[in-house]
Amino acid sequence: MDIDLITNILYAMIRTGTPLLIVALGELVCEKSGVLNLGQEGMMLMGAVVGFIVTLLSGSLLLGFILAMVAGVLMSLIFGLITMELSANQVATGLALTIFGTGLSAFVGSEFVGKPIEGLDPVFIPVLTDLPIIGRMLFGQDLVVYLSFILFGAVYWFINYSRPGLILKAVGENPHAANAIGLPVFKTRYLAIIFGGAMAGLAGGYLSLAYTPLWAENMTAGRGWIALALVVFASWKAERVLLGAWLFGLASILHLVFQGLGFSVSPNLLAMLPYLATVVVLVILSSNQTRSRLVAPMSLGNPFHARG
Amino acid sequence: MIKLEPRGERSSTMAYLSPVLAALLTMFTGLILFTLLGVDPIEALITILYVPVSDTHGIAELCVKTAPILLCAIGLSVVFKAKIWNIGAEGQLLMGGLFGSYIALQLTETEGFWVLPVVLIAGVLGGMFWSGIAALLKVRFNTNEILTTIMMNYIALNILLWAVHGPLKDPEGFNFPESALFGDSALLPILIEDTRVHFGMALALLAVVAVWVLMSRSFYGFQIKVMGMDAGAARLSGFKEKRLVYFALLLSGGLAGLAGVGEVTGPIGQLIPQISPGYGYAAIIVAFLGRLHPVGILLASLLMALLYMGGEMAQISLGLPLALTGLFQGMLLFYLLACDVLITFRIRLKPRKVPPSSPLPSLASETQG
Repeated sequence: MDIDLITNILYAMIRTGTPLLIVALGELVCEKSGVLNLGQEGMMLMGAVVGFIVTLLSGSLLLGFILAMVAGVLMSLIFGLITMELSANQVATGLALTIFGTGLSAFVGSEFVGKPIEGLDPVFIPVLTDLPIIGRMLFGQDLVVYLSFILFGAVYWFINYSRPGLILKAVGENPHAANAIGLPVFKTRYLAIIFGGAMAGLAGGYLSLAYTPLWAENMTAGRGWIALALVVFASWKAERVLLGAWLFGLASILHLVFQGLGFSVSPNLLAMLPYLATVVVLVILSSNQTRSRLVAPMSLGNPFHARG
Repeated sequence: MIKLEPRGERSSTMAYLSPVLAALLTMFTGLILFTLLGVDPIEALITILYVPVSDTHGIAELCVKTAPILLCAIGLSVVFKAKIWNIGAEGQLLMGGLFGSYIALQLTETEGFWVLPVVLIAGVLGGMFWSGIAALLKVRFNTNEILTTIMMNYIALNILLWAVHGPLKDPEGFNFPESALFGDSALLPILIEDTRVHFGMALALLAVVAVWVLMSRSFYGFQIKVMGMDAGAARLSGFKEKRLVYFALLLSGGLAGLAGVGEVTGPIGQLIPQISPGYGYAAIIVAFLGRLHPVGILLASLLMALLYMGGEMAQISLGLPLALTGLFQGMLLFYLLACDVLITFRIRLKPRKVPPSSPLPSLASETQG
């Protein structure tokens, strides 16, 4: 394997891992507040379709990305209203959000399938891009990839070192105790849900505006679900989310590696690798029951009733 | 001010009324949507809900579409009762179709009454194999079944695509990703002449009755229900939790597999990449909408099948996108979850306040008395 191939694989790994990283960071914050939103896939699809249509009609990528995030937030608010105000089951509501988002995005986007747009271009950082091997990987990407680095840093600092981050974790561990000492449980959870929605929308927008600049039905291809598994894989730690997202990026582009090495394997069999990897990782990480119970936020998935 | 007030106990009236309310709300939202799209809403509603079943041919097609949804949903009702979230009916259906097709393609030249049962059993085993993996991972490794079953849906789809592009592709099929046509002995017999209604519908109805007997008349069904309501209580009563998880998942996987093999040996007659337009996902909505009860699920399956046909009809005669079906499915589930709040809460239009003057009249009446 030559240097060029390795450079290209590392570059593609980060690029492919970026939407996973963004959506998983959003879900991480959401789950830290004790809310399990299984609707990532639906929110991503809505972000992807809205971002694509807006950019196609307005010609502005920035506007596309912003409205993709707005679409994600609006979807997450539906989830928030049904689970928080009506105390519905989070698992069922999240599933409904995914089914609804899949249907709505296909409906809205049906006339835009296959239309081309100018995608997001990479921005080369002088000197650093030319570094051997890691230059292209870290400094030859597009702006959203750089943004994902910043987002990771921000979420990492927020969860581990900030006061609001402490409140977030308190609410996720024990909402009743948090409520008793006067912490705003509902507000915290709403904000976490909205952040998750915005990140899912951004990740969806990245797929349809940068990664493959076009719209196709179901184009997220399970990335929202893989992100949910990533959070488990990461044991709810931001730094492991980063690592996991990039590893899954690598698993998704293994066909490039195989081509480079001169193997010929059916593309359909290679396409199932990320999903297979997800199952394997889940098995390894969940098998220790005590450990998995200790690392997950205590109240994850449980509704909180004590309002008023 | 609208206020939600706890009822104190579950309202069984609302539990039955909520799916109806959800269907009506979905219909109402549809009317608004059609008006906004510039389509005559009444015409659209008739096109979707009545035109597809306005003749015997339509009703026959409704049965053809209902069979796989019903089989998947009735199986899901058992796992959902056990509070096991099997989202993998779609993948189990595809594996059933694939396993059944493999056997059917080995027996294309073979005649005999035993061919079809063997093919069907292979399909059931395919579905059970796929859900059995999820059960093993859950019981043995404590993995979250939602995530594993979803991932296995994608894996199953890719294996199916690999099979129709590779080993099972018809060598004389001009390189189309399709298998050869099955032999006549591997095809499900037609139930009603001159229609496509096949034996699969009878199998589906049989499954409904069997699951109803299992859940309401057998000790196994009782144990599953107890485990779903209170896993701790089930454990204390000495119920074998692991065995129940296996049983419920294998049962639902087997039924989804039967749905898959029923499609390839029934209306399709060969293995193609598009066995299912998401029947396994639709079955999740059907199971909830039918309140996990056999009769409810039968009715909800018919509604869902009608929605599929209505979506196609709306595409043909009104030029609306086919994705309409998926949109309505999602709305239906959302409205159902929202309406379900009325089972445990009631709506009060005004918050009940204690009138500040209340002590005075009572005092006054006392002094008068």
